[in-house]
Amino acid sequence: MHSKRADNHTWRTIKSGLASTVAFISALLVIAPLGLVFFHLLVNGASSVNWDFFTKLPTPVGTPGGGMVNAIVGSLELLAFASIIGIPIGVLGGVYLGEYGSARVNSVLRFIADVLNGVPSITWGVVVYGLVVLRFKGFSAYAGGLALGLIMIPLITRTTEEVVLLVPNGYREAALALGVSRWKTIVHIVIKTASRGIITGILLALARVGGETAPLLFTAFGNRFWNHSLSQPIAALPLQIFTYAISPYDDWHRQAWAGALVLVTGIFCVNVLVRILTRGRTASIV
Amino acid sequence: MATPDPTVVERVERAAEPAPTPEPAPASTFQVKNLSVWYGDKRAIDDVTLDVASDAVTAIIGPSGCGKSTFLRCLNRMHELVPKTRVEGTVFLQGEDLYSSDVDPAIVRRRVGMVFQKSNPFPTMSIGENVVIGLRLNGVRSQKFLNERLEKSLRMAALWDEVKDDLHKAGTSLSGGQQQRLCIARALAVEPEVLLMDEPCSALDPIATAKIEELIYELKAHYTIVTVTHNMQQAGRISDYTAFFYLGRLIEFGPTTKIFTNPNERQTEDYITGRFG
Repeated sequence: MHSKRADNHTWRTIKSGLASTVAFISALLVIAPLGLVFFHLLVNGASSVNWDFFTKLPTPVGTPGGGMVNAIVGSLELLAFASIIGIPIGVLGGVYLGEYGSARVNSVLRFIADVLNGVPSITWGVVVYGLVVLRFKGFSAYAGGLALGLIMIPLITRTTEEVVLLVPNGYREAALALGVSRWKTIVHIVIKTASRGIITGILLALARVGGETAPLLFTAFGNRFWNHSLSQPIAALPLQIFTYAISPYDDWHRQAWAGALVLVTGIFCVNVLVRILTRGRTASIV
Repeated sequence: MATPDPTVVERVERAAEPAPTPEPAPASTFQVKNLSVWYGDKRAIDDVTLDVASDAVTAIIGPSGCGKSTFLRCLNRMHELVPKTRVEGTVFLQGEDLYSSDVDPAIVRRRVGMVFQKSNPFPTMSIGENVVIGLRLNGVRSQKFLNERLEKSLRMAALWDEVKDDLHKAGTSLSGGQQQRLCIARALAVEPEVLLMDEPCSALDPIATAKIEELIYELKAHYTIVTVTHNMQQAGRISDYTAFFYLGRLIEFGPTTKIFTNPNERQTEDYITGRFG
């Protein structure tokens, strides 16, 4: 009896060891691509990331040096324009789903938002191309910002709804019982309590669209020079990387690597910021 | 949002003047007549008629699911937050029909404050902000007035001495009993006429409970208090009148001493002596 139990114990130890080894290898496989991407970007791009990269315009083929300042600024402009469209509509939509609306309407809206989140991003580019670019006869920063903003809306709507629903009902009741109106309760109590979660959702949406290339192909189009009017084509970091990467020139390839490194680092920083924001979750609930 | 609510301003002005000679208080604050409440098809309250005495503590007792909380929430229309609720009958507050179509539920709730079972200070606000948030969101801007009301409310809630140096600290940093008194202070700050309490001590330890009970005893000099409690000893200690609910019906209502020593109804006696519930 005793020896049999000992055998069992040995067998269980082996099984446990096997399971943890498999899990460990899987975990490594998950992390490995991120490490590889960073490694390659650093090896190929780091040498081209210098002061010029952040301050100079692209140079013509064959001329050494130059940078991507127009693309960096262009990306920021596009993100700002996308935020103007995406953040208010997304946040208010999420608040509506979390606070108002009947169960049936909400489940339909939620389903639509989920479908929209799954739509390939190039589709948004085509939609905006049809709606804006053709109508106004030209690629523009407006069109690019609109495409990115439309992608942000369902993302922010869903994250906002989730954090609004996490706010315990006791806080709503406490405010309403003080004779505070419904919308003031929502603005000053519910949204304030959920603000950290809402901001996190916004940042994640920005990080997501900041790296989008496809929706900009037919909208912002790209520009090798400064953009002087929002109704003109505008450069964006992912677009510039795309253009340079498919070119046949070595120095453009190096610039593309550098651009990718800057872009990934930027998105990485936003994600780190999100982690920091969500770390102190114990104090307020979301 | 910037325009102050007229009723608050009116009360602010009233508070600033010296109090006029009090009129003889009416005998009852609430007059509830034939009140029935449905949640969907389920009848939660069945034809309840009772008068709530002014400046006294009325306790509502009964087993779980008997409609105690629903009844309490009908007194400030908080039950309307539950979808598919239907109410029949009337509730008069100082002679005014609370369910009349031209009555704004927000105004009702300003006159009838509420303290909940689970203390719920707002987690994003300091102790001081928690107390005055009701006034602020109802349009009061004067910092001087807010500060005065802050101290007065905390004193009435017997919390001032414990927190006066920590007003900027988070409301959630207080102990459970202190948080519940903070919630009472928050409810008092808007100067309601009535205070409803939904099992205010059920999540507290005996010492914190004793403090709240003492506070209720002091507050009844100025406020009509209606409290729901699971704890019959507590009802016996703090209340002047007791209403016993069972299965949505009011079985018996009367002075607490009478209900606890010589109830008319067999069911009341069975519940109080612990034979069921």
